[in-house]
Amino acid sequence: MKAAGVLVAIALALALQTSLARFVVGGTAALDLVLVVVIYVALTSGPVTGMLAGSLAGIIQDALSSGTIGIGGLAKAVVGFAAGVIGQQFIVTAAFPRFVMFVVATIVHAALFMGMYVVLGLKEFRSPWAAVLSQALANAAVGIFAFAIIESLPGAMERRRFRRSKR
Amino acid sequence: MAVVDIRRRTGYLFLAVIVGHVILISTQVTTRRGVPMLEEAVFGVFSEVQRVANSVASGVRSSWQDYFALQQVRAENEQLKQQLADLRVRLQQERGLAEQSQSLQKLLELKTTSALTTTAANVIAGGASPEFRTITIDKGTRDGLHADMAVIAPAGVVGRVIQPSGRASKVQLLIDRSAAAGALIERTRAQGVVIGTGADELRMDYVSGSADVKAGDIVVTSGIDGIYPKGFVIGQIQSVRRGGGEYSAILIRPAVDFNSLEAVLIVTTPPPAGDATGTAGAGQDHE
Repeated sequence: MKAAGVLVAIALALALQTSLARFVVGGTAALDLVLVVVIYVALTSGPVTGMLAGSLAGIIQDALSSGTIGIGGLAKAVVGFAAGVIGQQFIVTAAFPRFVMFVVATIVHAALFMGMYVVLGLKEFRSPWAAVLSQALANAAVGIFAFAIIESLPGAMERRRFRRSKR
Repeated sequence: MAVVDIRRRTGYLFLAVIVGHVILISTQVTTRRGVPMLEEAVFGVFSEVQRVANSVASGVRSSWQDYFALQQVRAENEQLKQQLADLRVRLQQERGLAEQSQSLQKLLELKTTSALTTTAANVIAGGASPEFRTITIDKGTRDGLHADMAVIAPAGVVGRVIQPSGRASKVQLLIDRSAAAGALIERTRAQGVVIGTGADELRMDYVSGSADVKAGDIVVTSGIDGIYPKGFVIGQIQSVRRGGGEYSAILIRPAVDFNSLEAVLIVTTPPPAGDATGTAGAGQDHE
């Protein structure tokens, strides 16, 4: 059940990233929704689920891009695993620690992803830091928003049920 | 139960996943031949998902617009936009043909030039990864598309087809880091290679430091890469920096707004054989 939820979340993120994002934000360059989902899954479900989610999502993302299949998968698997470990070792439930988590994870992901391309001599990235930083901030904002929405859902439903029962 | 045991051995599982990825990457890096099977299969399947997602998104957007807009005015507006787009494409074709004939006259040669044939396609998805600038269009091999066909828009050059499947194709945008095209500066005819930066601007390399180039000059395709037809607008020079080196550092603002692409044209006629000489790598991956 949990695995199905993760798969649906990844599929939704990919669909949003490839299809809907261009209607909403006028392009996809400043946001990696799939990475946001991977970090969210890692923080809520632990390192193994985070790593497997990252691996699967990254491979699909690689296959849909024109890059080498596996590089994105590897980067997301490592980030998913690391985020999961940190989520288990430390209390990452307040907004600020989560924000920092998303920012750092995005930067680590970019370093791994671009680093592997550069080491393998497949691609060169000229001064990508501004783009990486803006993506990190955008991912963090979306991640915090997603956490807030998902965590407020049970309470909101409970309140609604309570109001109805009072009538 | 066995699955639970494996999940408890987190370290081993992590190592296995990493090794799996490394093997996967290394097989591709060493072979470098054709399109990987996995990529083809995933793209084939997911392009259908993208098509459905696009239909839903377009449906919602269209309903929203229909609700608020006056039907007749909107239809007329669409028709006029289409006419304008057609005229802009024709203008670019004429510009290309005019330049070509001017050069030919100078050489006192007479050649017949054939008009480009194009097919229209809708953009059904953006790039899956922010690091690669690609789009997916709703035409594929069934519509006669194949790899390395040029993709244009009324405003100018968009990119090239890199992976066609049955009913959809992946297009590498000119702004992708791996994209390049043979180009020349319209005013002075100085030649070079336009390369994507991954951001919303382009770089023009291999233009001599002594060449007459200035901001505001229009850059067009030279046709020497064998992919992009000659004379199509790439963009306008934003800045020129002449260092001590042999070449100038030139930045170009693309003519096409890549963030709002909705429909494109694919050039199905290959560029004339005379144009396709030299410059290995231009128009193709330059990595």
